[in-house]
Amino acid sequence: MSGKLKEVRTRISSVTSTQQITKAMKVVSAAKLRKAQDAILRMRPYAVKMTSILANLAEATKGEVNIPQAEARPVRKVLIVAITSDRGLCGGFNANVIKQVRLLARTEYADQSIRGDLHIMPIGKKSADAFKRNDFPLILDFAGMFSGLSFEKSKEAADYLKTAFADGRYDRVVVVYNSFKNAATQILSVEQFLPISKFDDDKKGASTTQTEFIFEPDRETMVAELVPRILNTQFFRYLLDSNAAEHGARMTAMDKATDNAGELLKELKISYNRARQAAITTELTEIVSGAAALSEG
Amino acid sequence: MQVEILTPAGQVFQGEADLVQLPGVDGLFEVLNNHAPMIAALAAGRIKLAKSGVESFYAVQAGFVEVLKNKVAILVEGAKAA
Repeated sequence: MSGKLKEVRTRISSVTSTQQITKAMKVVSAAKLRKAQDAILRMRPYAVKMTSILANLAEATKGEVNIPQAEARPVRKVLIVAITSDRGLCGGFNANVIKQVRLLARTEYADQSIRGDLHIMPIGKKSADAFKRNDFPLILDFAGMFSGLSFEKSKEAADYLKTAFADGRYDRVVVVYNSFKNAATQILSVEQFLPISKFDDDKKGASTTQTEFIFEPDRETMVAELVPRILNTQFFRYLLDSNAAEHGARMTAMDKATDNAGELLKELKISYNRARQAAITTELTEIVSGAAALSEG
Repeated sequence: MQVEILTPAGQVFQGEADLVQLPGVDGLFEVLNNHAPMIAALAAGRIKLAKSGVESFYAVQAGFVEVLKNKVAILVEGAKAA
């Protein structure tokens, strides 16, 4: 009987220490989430202003200026950028991205995939590890982006993508990532990064003030300068979004794990007490019957 | 006029200035009060802000500036007080 007692006691202590870990991880994630959310908020004014400048420019140029980054070519070669986190223990966060990429490879880009023209650029250790096992050609130069995420690093990756698109190495670049809605909700998103689709339509209403602007040096140069920068900002936003979503996902997952551990502990405590009572009862019976046997003799 | 310097990592400067000297792609230029609306591309370089004779400097990477209604918004990919 005491064998069972000991077993349950060991389980209780192991579940308790697991619960402490998940609780600590939850608190850490909450703090990191706050930081990640801050980063998004800090970038927002820049992104908003950039968009409004683009709107003004688009208004002034009215599609007269040719934008090479918006050139739609027959889709022969495709690059999928798969953004995940470096670490696990965040629920379905990483698995969802990886699943979505594989789905795209089987459906929308099946032809390219069979020809070997579907390449993958993993960002984050988890997606790098996952796709190393497959036979997609990989670009691993930017997999470690999240250790010390910065705009400069993000720009390097965005520059690489822009050059590869301009050279014709890829005809389309798609990004798969988790976008951050709130701490509990991540939205798996697939967005086309290049070529830029509908360059000004969805950005209208930002601030199309009817002002006569002086453009310095000239509109063509401005568009050529502005569009790559918008793309840099866009790419950075994907990373920040994914980063915030990761911490949100981990926080939720660890919260659930803590709750589950609590429930498990409750059950274990009940069975521990049962076993303890049973042991006491047996002992009492033994003592009483022992005493009875003695007094009879 | 109101001046702000914005980067993807946040706002670096916001405040009043009488004069802003900017590194345009075709050379340095200055913006004074009540300048006409303008959008200009900036090269990497140094921004000078002057407010009643006191000057301050920022080292910036390439970007843009929008001047509209006495508001100067400087958008650069990186900026640091220098």
